[in-house]
Amino acid sequence: MAHDHGHTEHKLAIFRGRLKFKSNVQKIWGVLIFLSLVTIVEVGLGIYKPSFLVDNYFVGMKYLNWVFIILTIVKAYYIAWDFMHLRDEKSSLRRAVVWTAVFLICYLIFILLQEGTYIEDVKTNGYVKWNF
Amino acid sequence: MEATVSNTGTEGKVWGGGNKPLKASYGKMMMWFFILSDALTFSGFLAAYGFSRFKFIDSWPIADEVYNHFPGSHGDNPMYFVALMTFILIASSVTMVLAVDAGHHNNKKKTTFYMFLTIIGGAIFLGSQAWEWTNFIKGTHGAVETKGGQILQFVDGHKKDSHGKLLRVSVEDFAKVSHKERVQHKSKNGLWFVSEPALPKYSVQDIVTGFNSHSNLAVRTQEIIPNIERLKASENPADVTKAERFERMYVNADKTGQKGVLTRAESEKALKDAVVYVKGANLVHNEYGNRLFGDFFFFITGFHGFHVFSGVVINVIIFFNIILGTYERRKNNYEMVEKVGLYWHFVDLVWVFVFTFFYLV
Repeated sequence: MAHDHGHTEHKLAIFRGRLKFKSNVQKIWGVLIFLSLVTIVEVGLGIYKPSFLVDNYFVGMKYLNWVFIILTIVKAYYIAWDFMHLRDEKSSLRRAVVWTAVFLICYLIFILLQEGTYIEDVKTNGYVKWNF
Repeated sequence: MEATVSNTGTEGKVWGGGNKPLKASYGKMMMWFFILSDALTFSGFLAAYGFSRFKFIDSWPIADEVYNHFPGSHGDNPMYFVALMTFILIASSVTMVLAVDAGHHNNKKKTTFYMFLTIIGGAIFLGSQAWEWTNFIKGTHGAVETKGGQILQFVDGHKKDSHGKLLRVSVEDFAKVSHKERVQHKSKNGLWFVSEPALPKYSVQDIVTGFNSHSNLAVRTQEIIPNIERLKASENPADVTKAERFERMYVNADKTGQKGVLTRAESEKALKDAVVYVKGANLVHNEYGNRLFGDFFFFITGFHGFHVFSGVVINVIIFFNIILGTYERRKNNYEMVEKVGLYWHFVDLVWVFVFTFFYLV
């Protein structure tokens, strides 16, 4: 099994082929710059908290928090695809890993957040005393 | 190195065995198995955090007020330090990919060098986390806890920051220390089989006396001010009552999203329920707010820090193996570096989520 792996050929394009790199090392630095930019945007939004994003809600959560979560998933995608080189793996391996996690985590989040909201509702509008 | 497999006549067929449909070695597959299960563990923790947070949505501590330290600078510096920690971890992830890449080219020197940088990055991250924990445990202003487990913090009613938020006051700045008969029971000078934790520095009476003699002080509760205008305009009479309660009790009822500061009269009333002085955080009490907040912080960042620590240890082992030439002899393009690299990136991946849910959201 000496030479049948090692992924000597890498897929060097990101952003759906819009940005192509010349070598794997160059792609690594490119992804680092992209991840840093996303983090800077996150930190900037976290410090300035634009009122438009803070005051408006979508499905019970502030726009700002949606932005943070989406940017986090974007970062997670590039870490998994380029740093953990899922991009270079067979699609069956990639799907086995990613979809398993996505389904189970979505279920977990739905159940727990739904229940948390319900308990909060009972606590504020029900018979449990808040300030004792 | 391949184990001997007797021929079954099905070689080359996908379901026949003896081939690798996923084109990944056993070790790499197992690493992915582990990462997937560990990812589910961490999502369990973070979802539990989300559960508690949604349960206490109107009273959860505000992250920017808790994590606002930066080395070498006083005052309010939210976000900068964790942002720095994130950069450190992402940078050490990059040196790890570079090590994997150098390994694929069988470049021993470069692989060694990049592994070394990765270890340094991991060590700096762990140090930063230790610093973060120290600040969290030591605390800054102190607070009192009520019978019901509510945290009451203190603010100066005359001092505001640029956002119109009343500034917090340390209990140490106003509490009047009184003479106390009660000393900590230590097993060496009492019953040898009984001991108790250190007594709080101030009794509740010390704090109340100090509070009464400073008329500018007020109590800040855990409650977050909702949008009062929206509540008033609501059809539901319960919402209107709620809005009235906020306007009656809190001096900053117009400041949506801030923690509520009680009027002087309400402050004195609230302090009657106080039972203990709390400074900093441990697994039972914390001065920041909800008790669960401290527990989740210690547990989730601690569990992540433990992963980083084991990652650094494994990286050190791999580093020495590279120097000793172990992977050169295996002639498999330094696959071990690739496998430990997967783990290291996973730790980075988890941090990206911890960063979002503890510090941003």
